[in-house]
Amino acid sequence: MIRPGKMLKQVLDSIFRKPATTNYPFTKAVMPDKFRGKIIFHPEKCIGCKMCMRDCPAGAIQIRKIGDKKFECEIDLGKCIYCAQCVDSCLKKALETTKEFELAALERNKLKVTYHADTGEVSKE
Amino acid sequence: MHKVVIPIGPQHPALKEPESFSVTLSGEKIMKFSARLGYNHRGIEKACEERTYVQDVYLTERICGICSHSHSTCFTQAVEEIAKVDVPKRALYIRTLVGELERIHSHLLWLGVAGHEVGFDTLLMYTWRDREVVMDILAMLTGNRVNYGINMIGGVRRDVSAEQAKAILKAMDTLEERTKYYIQVATQETTLIQRLSGVGILSHKDALKLGAVGPTARASGVNRDVRRDDPYAAYSEVKFKVITDDHNDVYGRTLVRMGELLESYSIIRQIVKKMPEGPIITKVPRKIPAGEATSRYEAPRGEDMHYVKANGTEKPERVKVRAPTLANIQTVAKMLEDRQLADLPIVIAAIDPCFSCTDRLTGIRQTGKRKKNVLKWEELHTYSITFYKEHGIDFTDLNKKMAKALK
Repeated sequence: MIRPGKMLKQVLDSIFRKPATTNYPFTKAVMPDKFRGKIIFHPEKCIGCKMCMRDCPAGAIQIRKIGDKKFECEIDLGKCIYCAQCVDSCLKKALETTKEFELAALERNKLKVTYHADTGEVSKE
Repeated sequence: MHKVVIPIGPQHPALKEPESFSVTLSGEKIMKFSARLGYNHRGIEKACEERTYVQDVYLTERICGICSHSHSTCFTQAVEEIAKVDVPKRALYIRTLVGELERIHSHLLWLGVAGHEVGFDTLLMYTWRDREVVMDILAMLTGNRVNYGINMIGGVRRDVSAEQAKAILKAMDTLEERTKYYIQVATQETTLIQRLSGVGILSHKDALKLGAVGPTARASGVNRDVRRDDPYAAYSEVKFKVITDDHNDVYGRTLVRMGELLESYSIIRQIVKKMPEGPIITKVPRKIPAGEATSRYEAPRGEDMHYVKANGTEKPERVKVRAPTLANIQTVAKMLEDRQLADLPIVIAAIDPCFSCTDRLTGIRQTGKRKKNVLKWEELHTYSITFYKEHGIDFTDLNKKMAKALK
């Protein structure tokens, strides 16, 4: 039957239903298992082959040699496109994706994250 | 009556993406419609030439936000053809699966946008709520909601587990039920039928003449679909109908898209059922041998085409992208001839345009002389420097820094 107000029943039904939206940021969003979020670096596993630097489409990752078999890594979160190709390219699994996604910052240099060979993560001031 | 030329865009509330149009009006009637592409030009083709094939997969994925998988699959297919790689069967099935899921999300998105453009916002709210089901499935399969990053030259990056297959089938049942409801709405809701019927008419002859693709062409009775005519991935092993319609108007395009949704559900069920076991990726050398290939892909908006030329190094020599909107944008001028200005937003929206996909090349015209002048790369560089110097902006220091950083 052709008539107007075809969706009216649906609309009225929805009054008694829970909202389809979530109350973000008050309720935290749950990310799927394969989510590609912030990349973290394990300095003890890195052998300095620099395959990640070669494959990064955005040029966001830098590996620097600082001593004998010691490497530090700098990731520019502003440049990173979160494709996780570096994680796939890494032969020794020194890079890993996390579910962290709230990475906005007010200053550009705070987006540069350096993973030192000895101390772990330090953000640049 | 006196003729008035009004510009629509690049920034305009009726457009979902910035693009420049100019409309010649006589009263409320459109006399002439012309599009000036180029506002969204990002230089992706040139950027592809300066990156390796592995990097280009992610770059081509970012040509379009909605049909990201289409572009990256099209590119990888071309590269695999040059390198003569045998892609594992399971990888082809996963590509098809993600491609069809993408079609579902794109068509549901379009239905909502079309509803919004004709003032039927209820439809927008409900279709977008249901679209979340397929977005969640995509996030579960690939990790992210858009820019799935599942393609790699030689296969795919992520496998589908048995539990995920079960979740996909369950989601398909929900979506099928909802789509059937929307088909009911579209065929029975009189406001929608009366607003869309007879708007944006494109005859069968014009569709063929102007080279329309995808649902725009199929709604004008052109029985053409790359998935059936030139099967890629796993499409040769699944059964599906190509939906066509002879309404020739926006209403017909709505019906075609909804029919395609139902076909997509059936394709996904077959894919999940038939998916063979085995590896999902083969190793491909970084250096691709010299050669060239053209690859076709049926994106949600129509036929997408990539041309890749390899020269034996790690980087391609040339990448050319022909997005479906470029083929369809010509038809909009035809559809709008002698029509009301109020029909413009829905007629443009009906081809499901993606302007950032379309903008590939910008021709730079010297203003005043009315003579076309193609500039070379170096000339463009010097032109830009002198242009900014004349306007009192000096980039000399910045250029030095850039040159240093590039070294």
